[in-house]
Amino acid sequence: MQVIVILIGFSLLVAVGFLVAFLWAVRSGQYDDDISPGMRILYDEKKGESSNQIITNQTKPN
Amino acid sequence: MGSRYAYLDNPEILEKLLLFSDGGISKVKFLIPAIHCSSCIWLLENLSTLNSSILGSFVNFVRKEVHITFRDSEISLRQLVELLHTIHYIPEISLNKENKDDYQKSNRRLLMKIGVAGFAFGNIMLLSFPDYLPGGEQIDSFLIRTFGYIAFVLALPVAFYCSTDFYLSAFKSLRKKIINIDLPISLGIIALFLESSWEIFTGAGNGYMDSLAGLLFFMLIGRWYQSKSYQSLSFDRDYRSFFPIAVTRLGKDNEEEYVQIKDLKKNDVILVRNKELIPADSIIIEGEANIDYSFVTGESVPVLKTKDALVYAGGRQSGASLVLRVEKEVAQSYLTQLWNEDRLHSRSGKTMQRVIDRVSHYFTIIILTIATLSGVYWGLTDIGKAVYVFSSVLIVACPCALALTIPFTFGSVIRVFGRNGLYLKNAEVIERLYNIDTVVFDKTGTITHSRTMKAEWKGADLSVDEARWIRSVTRSSTHPSSVTVAESLGNTANSKVENYVEITAQGIEGMVEGKRIRVGAKGFVGGVADPDAGLTTVVHVSIDNQYRGYFSIENDYREGLKSTLAGFEGFDIHLLTGDNDSEKANLMQYFSSEKQLHFRQSPEDKLEYINQLNQSGKKVLMIGDGLNDAGALLSAHVGITIADDIYHFSPACDGILKSDQFGRICDFQKYTRKALRIVYISYTLAFLYNVVGLSFAVMGLLSPVVAAVLMPISSITVVAFTTLAVSLTSRQNRFR
Repeated sequence: MQVIVILIGFSLLVAVGFLVAFLWAVRSGQYDDDISPGMRILYDEKKGESSNQIITNQTKPN
Repeated sequence: MGSRYAYLDNPEILEKLLLFSDGGISKVKFLIPAIHCSSCIWLLENLSTLNSSILGSFVNFVRKEVHITFRDSEISLRQLVELLHTIHYIPEISLNKENKDDYQKSNRRLLMKIGVAGFAFGNIMLLSFPDYLPGGEQIDSFLIRTFGYIAFVLALPVAFYCSTDFYLSAFKSLRKKIINIDLPISLGIIALFLESSWEIFTGAGNGYMDSLAGLLFFMLIGRWYQSKSYQSLSFDRDYRSFFPIAVTRLGKDNEEEYVQIKDLKKNDVILVRNKELIPADSIIIEGEANIDYSFVTGESVPVLKTKDALVYAGGRQSGASLVLRVEKEVAQSYLTQLWNEDRLHSRSGKTMQRVIDRVSHYFTIIILTIATLSGVYWGLTDIGKAVYVFSSVLIVACPCALALTIPFTFGSVIRVFGRNGLYLKNAEVIERLYNIDTVVFDKTGTITHSRTMKAEWKGADLSVDEARWIRSVTRSSTHPSSVTVAESLGNTANSKVENYVEITAQGIEGMVEGKRIRVGAKGFVGGVADPDAGLTTVVHVSIDNQYRGYFSIENDYREGLKSTLAGFEGFDIHLLTGDNDSEKANLMQYFSSEKQLHFRQSPEDKLEYINQLNQSGKKVLMIGDGLNDAGALLSAHVGITIADDIYHFSPACDGILKSDQFGRICDFQKYTRKALRIVYISYTLAFLYNVVGLSFAVMGLLSPVVAAVLMPISSITVVAFTTLAVSLTSRQNRFR
């Protein structure tokens, strides 16, 4: 039965991984606006490289 | 566009506005209120096709912001703003953007706390599983203790990170000797944490760490939901964004430089161009001021001022440029004083919100007492159970639902009213509007149109010179009749007016090119007997004491005047006007009694009249145009101005009504009754919820985690109920 402690340790590790991923997502501003990204995919992509640059600028934490 | 955005070339301002600027590339964020649909996003995100120097743009729809990256060597910020201007996405450039960033940061912090609390809650819940299962006691005690320790470790971030807002808020208000909602919650959290830790480390049990984490998780979700709904309700009322943020200051050799408003000092010389707002109270040094104080008064009729006259902050110049000397720095200016609403309105009487704040205060103390008493009672038999009950009581009896009712009900009502053309200053006005029993109208510009009136000249034809003289004199007056006369005389050049006087209810007089021009009532001008006027107002004219004839101005009563007066049946209705009683016969078609009509009222008389009504215990709704009756509007219980142009703003009033909605004033007033009823029902709901929840909690039948689930649910019920009720009832009342 003692092995369950090790299993809990692993499961917590995985859970912490997801928590960290969530915290990173929040800090990088992915939750600041949840309306325009949904509309954005509907437009034709013509902007090329510049759009990538904007997105990276946007995702930097303030 | 000219040099309207020239201040954007000032490096100091540039520095403040740019988010980033290095190596020839700059990034800027603009608030663009015009963003409202998906095509706006598309257009603004394709700015690079309009100008190749723009590297890219990014829209945040919720916050109506656009982030633009551009090559600053190829396109200046000013050119960029001008480009946005040309496609009619006019950015609101405001230098105090700190609040917004603060908001964003706090939102992110809240989300992170929710994440951490949810993580802890889920995992501790799994570890507590044995506690809830039959036969759980037979599990290896080593395992049980290990689970306890892990739960303790997982609960640490909950107790020391997720709950900090509650502690801080409780602590800060305690230091100001206020007991707020967060105090019982903090106490509950601390009690649960300490008791559970004690149980875990003494081996007495595994405590209630799962409840603690769940509690925080659900309460934080409740807060997040609240802030989301608040955000959608909140008006962007940043009054300061109405002012131009940079001012053209003239140096010693008349060289122009752009400075920020806050850097403006007394005796600075500034330049104000056509259509610019005057940033501070100033004296005119040069130029002829034709100032539209609609921002201050709601009256879009311009005021004429000449050299050495004082002009007030917030006025908008139209015409040639002005050179002004600042008299008062902006912080002390007239306008700021007007805006500091609370000082402006030292109205007596308890508003419901204040009563509720008071009640919530006692509520907290009562809850603390109940919690302590029931904790002591249970403590006689079981310490663990005592803490459990103590926390449940503290958590379940949160007055949040009580506190949310008014902001959400009245917030929704303000929104509905705004959509329908009545803009209220704040939520308190709704309650005051509900209480009124007397309605006082101003006449000209309020129940009559000031803009659509037509003046017709009756008499011998005027020569070009004569027309110019009359126009020059009447242009100086803001009285709607003068404005109408001036407008009917075309747009010729004006001559200088000297010795200009305006006598209320009489007329105006001035010397133009050596001629004495008198315009006004029969007695004042010395004209013939009033002609058979019918539905018209008559303005007589004399030049050098020679009677020349009269203008016949058709009084255009606003549509809906009849229905408005009918709608206010049962109210005490009065009419105040600065004009003489020549209009009486016409007005009698609308008003039932002569006693209601008061003629020849100067602005001071109007104020005095309202004060008398106030003293006799009446609650007065004053409806005026905001210029001649600003004082009366202020001292009335509710002051509403009629604005022909809705963007005009009058700090003197409590509400601005779009002129085309004039016929619906009484509908708005009636709707406030429904709003109040919604508030009462919602209070009943919140109260019932508290009583039921409390009784279960005191009996020890409610675990803290269920209490923590119930608490946000109660808040959500109240928010959902009030918003829904308002939108349903407003539809019943034919509001959009």
